[in-house]
Amino acid sequence: MENIGLENIALFSGLILSLVGLWGLLTQKNIIKMIVGFALLDTGIHLIMIAVGYVKNSTAPIIGEGVTKANAADVIADPIPQALVLTAIVIGLGITALMLAYAVKMHQKKKSLDINHYKDLKW
Amino acid sequence: MIIKIVAIIIGLLIIGLAIYALHAKKLTVAILGAGAVSLLASIMFLLLAAPDVAMTEAAIGSGLSTIIFFYVLNKIRKQNG
Amino acid sequence: MVKNLYIILVLVGLGFMFYTFADGFESADKLNPVAERYAKQGPDEVGAANLVTAVVVTYRGLDTLGEVTILFLSAAIVAFFLKVTYGEEEKRQTRSVSEIMQTAARLLTPAVFLLGIYVFINGHLTPGGGFQGGAIIASGLVLMLLAKPNMKVSHTLIHVVESISGLAFVFIGVLGILYAGGFLDNSLMGMGTLGSLLSAGVIPLIYIFVGLKVGAELSNIVAHLQESQNEA
Repeated sequence: MENIGLENIALFSGLILSLVGLWGLLTQKNIIKMIVGFALLDTGIHLIMIAVGYVKNSTAPIIGEGVTKANAADVIADPIPQALVLTAIVIGLGITALMLAYAVKMHQKKKSLDINHYKDLKW
Repeated sequence: MIIKIVAIIIGLLIIGLAIYALHAKKLTVAILGAGAVSLLASIMFLLLAAPDVAMTEAAIGSGLSTIIFFYVLNKIRKQNG
Repeated sequence: MVKNLYIILVLVGLGFMFYTFADGFESADKLNPVAERYAKQGPDEVGAANLVTAVVVTYRGLDTLGEVTILFLSAAIVAFFLKVTYGEEEKRQTRSVSEIMQTAARLLTPAVFLLGIYVFINGHLTPGGGFQGGAIIASGLVLMLLAKPNMKVSHTLIHVVESISGLAFVFIGVLGILYAGGFLDNSLMGMGTLGSLLSAGVIPLIYIFVGLKVGAELSNIVAHLQESQNEA
């Protein structure tokens, strides 16, 4: 318990979550379920990135109470992964919405959400 | 110490909910499960000293994207007749 | 059968790679050099109390511009796919919305919009910023649409807000080339004192435009999904 840090817990849950998401993406037959799997994979990768950017016993990278200009470099967490994840979450929403719009269009054509009914591009 | 125990509970809940969401028969349950995973992940971000990311994940991951999933589900139900 | 074998192989292989990465992982005791420089010089160079905002808007400002463009593209493609062709004017038959929902929406919608604006104006001081504020504004629109399912959202307004804020974002960046150090340089305006509302150069201005643009784009996606419900 002593040598397991907060970041290890977050890292392990992120890694397992992304594996679960990938498993869902590969094995589900329903298109909506596949997109849910993709969303889980997305969240897992965000957890991994934030966990890697964490510094032991650090606080949020905002200058205010307890964090001054002078000691900022010693007490804050890494701001760069946080900025990257911030943008990644917003793009993830855009991609999810795009995939769902494709799903609606595909369903309009064949009235089915089962991926096995779409054989047009199968080789 | 308490924070670590809370983090372990949240991590286990995240993984359990993710597997439950992919196993669920009903699509609504699956969508709500994914939203709950996002909400719990935002608490995890808060524990990891990233309040900006926690806010984004709570507003976008568990709010807007769940609503978009439900709009699409409703549309597909109507197309089924 | 072979397909299942491949899937198991992929998952086990990836799991093994993840395990070797996570096993014995220890987080750093101190920041890496780049982050250390941002933490030491950031408050003086950029003037933002929230260092994540400093990285997003100034140090990696070009990334943000590209990201807003990607979001615009995906919103445009969603709108293209869900385009509604108005045939005969047919009111949508919906279950009537309950009294509680309507009253609560009337009470809460202005407050939600105000919260969104507060979040992106204070992006350089507190957690939050353009992306979160824009998402909150779009959530306010969702609340409005849930209370009044037959409401028409003005697409012209959304397009005008989006175009003007996108242009203004790029325009501020170009002004930075002409009058300051480079594209999206924030020393265009005075730095002010660290921690006050009017500080950090052009960051509040840029975040207002980013917030309006993201809010308009997400509202566009939601409005198109809502309209496509009317079609059979």
